[in-house]
Amino acid sequence: MSIDFLPDKPIYQQLIDRIMGDIMRGTLAAGEKLPSVREYAVEVGVNANTMQRVYKELEQMEITETRRGQGSFVTEDQEKITALRNEMKEQLVATFLQNVAAFGFTTDEIVQCLQERGGVDD
Amino acid sequence: MIELMNIVKKYGSKMALHDVTVSIPKGKVIGLVGENGSGKSTLLKMMAGLVTPNSGSATFDGHPITRRIASQIAYMSDTDDFYTYFTVQQLLDFYATQFEDFDMVKAKEIVQFLNVSLASRIKSLSKGNRGRVKIAVTLAREADYYLLDEPFSGLDPMVRDDISKGLIRFTDQERQTVIMSTHEIREVEPLLDEIIVMRGGRLIAHEAVDEIRDFYGIDATSWMMSLFKDSQVERELGK
Repeated sequence: MSIDFLPDKPIYQQLIDRIMGDIMRGTLAAGEKLPSVREYAVEVGVNANTMQRVYKELEQMEITETRRGQGSFVTEDQEKITALRNEMKEQLVATFLQNVAAFGFTTDEIVQCLQERGGVDD
Repeated sequence: MIELMNIVKKYGSKMALHDVTVSIPKGKVIGLVGENGSGKSTLLKMMAGLVTPNSGSATFDGHPITRRIASQIAYMSDTDDFYTYFTVQQLLDFYATQFEDFDMVKAKEIVQFLNVSLASRIKSLSKGNRGRVKIAVTLAREADYYLLDEPFSGLDPMVRDDISKGLIRFTDQERQTVIMSTHEIREVEPLLDEIIVMRGGRLIAHEAVDEIRDFYGIDATSWMMSLFKDSQVERELGK
């Protein structure tokens, strides 16, 4: 089934996020082959030009690599994936803390709240 | 490339297209949106060589568009006018006699992809399956341009999804262009590279979908609504 997209962000950007999420969670393993542009486009219901752009940008970010005649693969470079994970974590926390400050919460209050809720892993 | 320059088309005294200029580059998927009666169908027919302009010029790769353009452009009408006593297979055979670029292997592949039986009679098909057959015979042509008038109209979500996937799967965006009129803009947006907005016979906007989201931070639907609001205001101020 086609996927739903958020209205305020370009579709190619949302697809890049989606694939990066799959890689960071390990749903797509290091070195794993990605579907062809056409296959993936049909799967999520976007046009092939959009998917082509997604693949090109992922390659420029060195998250994937294209092997001639074989298609696109997730990078084998585990360090790269770890670095990407850390970068995303930083971004997420930075945005979160901005909101925390904007609404006038104290760090203690927020830490306590997080501890009470517990994480997915707890 | 299809190019329309200062096209005016009247039906009697009614102005259907009012000074429309637009270029359609190769390799894009373009949505044509606007209210009923805004000129979408006439614009598609103009590109397909089915209507002639009162003034202005319509060209395909530099040559004037005539009825003979049908050999290079696959046009799908919004009506459903198959011979009802044909089976799907007989319909494919008929299309093969009508269009040199009709690819029977591809036709069968699309029909199979869309889960329609070749042995069914057209008259026994549901509306959804007739919609599927219609897109199948259109995409089975190896045309440079596919002009689709309301391919999703009146069909249920399952059929619309199938048709979307058929479009992605069976057109080659390296060399083929799709232009489709639609009211289902929210649903169709992920399929599009560009959007053309028509209002009252005029072309009021032509934008890349990514640009709309990048630049305005809204989706195509909200963008179109804001355009309509703006042109409403302009009209009132002009009074």
